[in-house]
Amino acid sequence: MLIIPVSDLCAMVREVLESDPRLGDVWVMGEVSNLRRPSSGHIYFTLKDAYGQLRCAFFRRDNARSRVALDNGLQIVAHGYVSFYPANGDLQLYVDFVHEQGVGLLHLEFERLKERLAAEGLFDASRKRPLPEFPRRIGVVTSPDGAVLHDICHVLRRRWPLVEVLLAPTQVQGDGAVDGVCRAIENLCAVRDVDVIIVARGGGSVEDLWTFNEEGVARAIFAAKVPVISAVGHETDYTIADFVADVRAPTPSAAAELVCPDRAEVAVRLQALGDALERHLAERLRAARADVAALRAALQRGRPDLAALRGRVEGQARWATEYFRRAIGARRAALDRQAARLQALSPAGTLARGYALVRRAPAGPVVRRVADAAPGDPLRVAVADGEFQATVIE
Amino acid sequence: MSADGPETFEDLYRELEETVRRLDAGGQPLDEAIALYERGMHLVKRCQELLDAAELRVVTLQQLFAAEQPASPDV
Repeated sequence: MLIIPVSDLCAMVREVLESDPRLGDVWVMGEVSNLRRPSSGHIYFTLKDAYGQLRCAFFRRDNARSRVALDNGLQIVAHGYVSFYPANGDLQLYVDFVHEQGVGLLHLEFERLKERLAAEGLFDASRKRPLPEFPRRIGVVTSPDGAVLHDICHVLRRRWPLVEVLLAPTQVQGDGAVDGVCRAIENLCAVRDVDVIIVARGGGSVEDLWTFNEEGVARAIFAAKVPVISAVGHETDYTIADFVADVRAPTPSAAAELVCPDRAEVAVRLQALGDALERHLAERLRAARADVAALRAALQRGRPDLAALRGRVEGQARWATEYFRRAIGARRAALDRQAARLQALSPAGTLARGYALVRRAPAGPVVRRVADAAPGDPLRVAVADGEFQATVIE
Repeated sequence: MSADGPETFEDLYRELEETVRRLDAGGQPLDEAIALYERGMHLVKRCQELLDAAELRVVTLQQLFAAEQPASPDV
């Protein structure tokens, strides 16, 4: 018989509990009692039903993202693992998720995964990528047999046949579907020019669509290098894949509508761009013509005005003629005045007043004094109206 | 249309948009503006041809991996 310390036995109990897979991932339903919320942020309570009870620890890192308002008396379903806490000898359920009771297990799994992935940031709006406007190759992850591929191709052929559809066929439900979908996404991401991926599945029951609620598929979509469109089931079906995908389409056909532009609409845009080219060029030509006209007008303004010049020259010539005519007239008048004065000083005037001019004949000097003439000398005497001969007597 | 070709619709369309934008902005000499216009109209025509001539190609990953020249069986 071996005697062992309490702590060793506690450790053994703990090891046994934690090694049993049935206790490592367990859903338990019951009523909350003895609820305690110490300042540490952890929550402790007891789950009980008519025949048993179980201590529960709901640590802060797990309860922080829970939206359930725990209270005594509340009927809940809790998820977690069972272990043993040696310090106080308690067998406990370590809770990581709680939900108010009254829903099915699949829904619980869905809510639990959704809550966890949301907390991890897989659904963040900030990581949603825009779809390419003109995709070149569209990767399609779906079953090769169903109507889904046909529906998608039908829409693409009508709207945007410029694209190439690259099908990554995979089973979409049942065993192996999760691996198949994940591998299909990975493979498509490795192909050059695949610029968007559609993950699609036709309608079905919740169980049929379950592949797209699996964590592996969610993480494969999250890891995809190019934008992913989810198109699973009908309009009312929401899967985890829808939350992770960059864009959720209500149906596979809708995904095909979302993934490409419409050929007719793009043709209208092309027409509009062509019209804009025509308009802009016409505008440029009109502006160029206006420039030429403006230059021509400027040239004309700068040309010398010959008629005006001629007029100016003629005017100046007329002025000069007039000026000289007047100047000459003035000079002539002055000359006449001088001539009159000269006239007044000439001997003729004196002679007219009765004096005579005596000169020695025939044309000698003027006789001014007696000594100038001797008796018998011939003289010429000029009077007002002529001359006559005279002789000095004494 | 395969993306292996030198001309993709998107490249042509983007160049067309840029050409219209430059012509609209103006500022270039008239002969350059006319060259832009001619290039733009050529792009419009090429885009329209691509739209008119396109036929949807559907290939599977296996076909793509098996032959680097993807076959084109329809669905």
